Amino acid sequence: MMPQAPKAGNLVVIGAGMASGRMLEHLFETAPDAWNVTLFNAEPRGNYNRLMLSPVLSGEKTYEQIVTHDAGWYAAHGVDCRFGEAVVKIDRANRVVYSNQGGAPYDKLVIATGSAPFIIPVPGKDLKGVVTYRDLEDTNAMIAAARPGATAVVIGGGLLGLEAAAGMAARGASVTVIHLMGHLMERQLDPSAGYLLQKDLERRGITVHCHGATKAILGKTHVEAVLLEDGTVYPADLVCMAVGIRPETRIATDAHLEVERGILVNDRMQTSDPAIFALGECVQFENQLFGLVAPLYDQAKVLAATLAGQVAAFRPVQTATRLKVTGVELFSAGDFAEGPGREDIVFRDPGRGVYKRLVIEGDRLLGAVMYGDTADGAWFFSQIKDGTDISGHRDTLIFGPAFQGGSQADPLAAVAALPPEAEICGCNGVCKGKIIAAIQDGAVTLDAVRAQTKASSSCGTCTGLVEQVMALTLGEGFRTNANPPVCQCTQHSHDDVRRLIRAGGLKSIPAVMQELGWKTAGGCATCRPALNYYLLADWPLEYRDDRQSRFVNERNHANIQKDGTYSVVPRMWGGVTTPAELRAIADAADRYNVPMVKVTGGQRIDLLGVKKEDLPAIWADLNAAGMVSGHAYSKGLRTVKTCVGSEFCRFGTQDSTGLGIKLEKLLWGSWTPAKVKLGVSGCPRNCAEATCKDIGVVCVDSGFEISVAGAAGMEVKQTEPLCKVATETEAMEVIAAFIQLYRENARYLHRIYKWVAKVGLDWVRAQMADPANRKALYDRFLVSQQVYQSDPWAEHAAADQRGKWAALADLTLEAAE
Amino acid sequence: MSGGFDSWIDIGALEDIPSAGARVVKTAQGCVAVFRTANDQVFALDDRCPHKGGPLSEGIVHGTAVTCPLHAWVFSLETGQAQGADAGTVATYPVRVADGRILLDGRRLARRVAA
Ligand code: SRM
Ligand SMILES: Cc1cc2nc3c(=O)[nH]c(=O)nc-3n(C[C@H](O)[C@H](O)[C@H](O)COP(=O)(O)OP(=O)(O)OC[C@H]3O[C@@H](n4cnc5c(N)ncnc54)[C@H](O)[C@@H]3O)c2cc1C
Ligand code: SF4
Ligand code: FES
Repeated sequence: MMPQAPKAGNLVVIGAGMASGRMLEHLFETAPDAWNVTLFNAEPRGNYNRLMLSPVLSGEKTYEQIVTHDAGWYAAHGVDCRFGEAVVKIDRANRVVYSNQGGAPYDKLVIATGSAPFIIPVPGKDLKGVVTYRDLEDTNAMIAAARPGATAVVIGGGLLGLEAAAGMAARGASVTVIHLMGHLMERQLDPSAGYLLQKDLERRGITVHCHGATKAILGKTHVEAVLLEDGTVYPADLVCMAVGIRPETRIATDAHLEVERGILVNDRMQTSDPAIFALGECVQFENQLFGLVAPLYDQAKVLAATLAGQVAAFRPVQTATRLKVTGVELFSAGDFAEGPGREDIVFRDPGRGVYKRLVIEGDRLLGAVMYGDTADGAWFFSQIKDGTDISGHRDTLIFGPAFQGGSQADPLAAVAALPPEAEICGCNGVCKGKIIAAIQDGAVTLDAVRAQTKASSSCGTCTGLVEQVMALTLGEGFRTNANPPVCQCTQHSHDDVRRLIRAGGLKSIPAVMQELGWKTAGGCATCRPALNYYLLADWPLEYRDDRQSRFVNERNHANIQKDGTYSVVPRMWGGVTTPAELRAIADAADRYNVPMVKVTGGQRIDLLGVKKEDLPAIWADLNAAGMVSGHAYSKGLRTVKTCVGSEFCRFGTQDSTGLGIKLEKLLWGSWTPAKVKLGVSGCPRNCAEATCKDIGVVCVDSGFEISVAGAAGMEVKQTEPLCKVATETEAMEVIAAFIQLYRENARYLHRIYKWVAKVGLDWVRAQMADPANRKALYDRFLVSQQVYQSDPWAEHAAADQRGKWAALADLTLEAAE
Repeated sequence: MSGGFDSWIDIGALEDIPSAGARVVKTAQGCVAVFRTANDQVFALDDRCPHKGGPLSEGIVHGTAVTCPLHAWVFSLETGQAQGADAGTVATYPVRVADGRILLDGRRLARRVAA
């Protein structure tokens, strides 16, 4: 036995966690006998590897396997363990800390209390069955609840929440994740990687609800369900709140140490009291907080050295994130925000579900996000940390260290990735597998494929995709006549994008960009509005309109003018108004100093020159008089012009005014590829100019002649007859079904006359002639209207929305000084 | 605003600007557009397109660029330079985010007033 060296004094440590555990290891290595250590821990146990709670939850490890320091270790180092004793007070004057069970004097004190999970203050948060995810107790509670058949809701789609969800799902529970933001793990991932992650989790049976704000947790004594702001209710036997953490600073604050968001420390981990140190998640260093272990281990080294009388300084380093869910490959490191002088390199392989993005500034790699294939993560991370000059291998950087020859993005990848049952031809219901079979049976020309399968033989919109399937099956030999791409972000044409959205069941902009191999990270001003339209038209119930992907007029629900003011056009159903409406318009014009009031060519009144910040107020005034937005700005229904018709006119055959009003009330609010205008005339004299509109109705004694595809703008063209019907009801169904056909098939910004010229009037007539098909189109139109037929003015004029229309700040006075 | 050392003006919270969007700050000399990209980067530019004065704050924000709402010129948010075939520059201002608050450099605003 070695003689004991004299001890330097009492070292008290509050918190036996990851950071203090590592610190004690270093301290006992460098200065084994320098201190008498007393270790308090609120948890009734010593240090275990907190990171590994997730494998314990999922059943891949046991608690015993993740203990880092057992009783033998503490005994060997003479640590006085006071586990299950939370420190409640630090008496700095007398240098004593107290738990409920007594005190302990210190010469030096270390605070390592970690963090506390944040609890969102919603009703029901204190019910039994609501847990957080921080320690073994939480983990055991989730294990107990996650029986097969049980339901669990996890609030928070960050690292912890997803590990909790995956762990409970692995035990057979049916789990829903509610996430406030638009995509999962938004702090570590960009939208594309977030989309892939969501897809992987959904494949494991986990439901993911983004844009979900929790309103209340429901239940009498024990949780029963979670209610969201949007009205959705998810049943739950257990609710795990994983919405974030807050440094555990309470005892430090009570002791009047300097505390901001965390306990302030210098680079030696010393607090404002020279005898007290702090490390781990409870500290704040140079405005930074810490939530991952890598920097805490550096702090541990520094503090051990300091306590051993050596000189050391803490410098925060970059951290990398991985999600510990078996089978999910995800990596993010460094800073991947866009920024001044930064450039992106994006690589996507839709077939393998791979996404990689590097952010470069000058000759340095700043950040990396990767999904699906993270083998090169460590290599990228070291280049980020070392600030390696990458100018020499920049072109091939994204392919990683094992790069051999570099592959070009494959234009056929999206079609190659489709499963055999994916529908290529919507008109005739032909799937990819059938086309491949026909080609393999000898149909090697487009005409032969058409003859055998009927694919691309109707409207022709899918021709590009059929050709791509042929190119994939026949190889080099087959040449496609590709349509021009949507924009520089993609090689796909509008038609291909539309068909692939449906064939692949793609329901968000990041999903489309990933699965179709977009070449940019976030698209451009050409593709984003088109994608937004295609998605809302195809998935009215699932897709959420993306306001930021809309042109100014649709985003602001008003037409921008050359001087930056706006015009306001309320609906005037069928061109009919009342004295009360006219008075309200006149009052609004006075109140908001409208410089011009004009009757439009669309039979209604335009208030021109309104300031942006006045828009919500003028809308509210017009709403109060019963008027709604006229959508004079939208790719959607504009006006239904009418004439006076049989109610007043001596020639009128039907109530053209009444039908026009009914049509406008049926169709308003719907979004279409380009604007849609209608006219209804009461007799062939055609005073409503119906035969140069997108859709025209001319009333005759025996019914209604419906014609389509007119134009009177940059081109002038007479409508072509679609059909004739006997009743108003039929007329309305035909017209709504026709608009739905247009909504589902046309490319963005094509007016009806352009689309009909492309697909052929015969094809359109055939679609409309089949009553079952017509009814199905009509029904789909009504479903979409349930979502989109609501007055945007009312929504934005609401008191809590108005602030957004004004300037963010007014510095006119400051700057004038 | 003096040309003093601490010249950063708090103009609002990052959350006040929609992701991939912009808001304006009024100054005595006209509006400054403050942009937030999809990746939470923040930029400040004059809210006036050099082409015909379009409000850039109302354009579509994609990556670190904005497309003018009036005639679709595209500008880099980093440099203020028009992209592609068009020629023109928009003044940029130092702006940063700290603790979720957006800070605009008051010195540069003041200099613009003087100019
Ligand atoms: C206000 C109005 C002129 C007027 O004072 O009467 C008008 C004003 C504008 N028209 Fe129009 N059009 C107006 C009736 C028409 C008509 C006549 C009609 O609807 O019967 C036509 C020809 C019919 C047609 O659409 O085919 C018409 C054909 C156009 C076109 C060419 C469209 C085409 O496909 O060829 C454009 C340009 C475009 O959409 O790309 C256009 C675009 C515009 C825009 C939106 C230009 C723009 O992008 O900023 C103008 C907005 C002014 C504003 O701020 O309000 N406007 N415009 C009319 C509004 C009608 C309404 O109540 O909603
Ligand atoms: C489930 C889970 C998975 C994680 N996965 C990862 C990962 O993959 N990668 C990664 O880098 N990080 C991960 N983390 C984060 C990592 O665990 C923390 O960063 C780390 O544990 C923080 O260490 P610490 O010592 O500061 O705090 P802790 O490890 O939390 O230790 C603090 C201890 O102090 C005790 N305490 C608090 N107040 C008092 C008091 N008044 N008196 C006495 N004792 C007190 C607490 O009971 C606790 O035991 C994960 C965290 C969790 C919960
Ligand atoms: S269309 Fe014929 S019937 Fe109708 S208002 Fe005009 S003139 Fe009269
Ligand atoms: S004013 Fe901006 S492009 Fe014309």
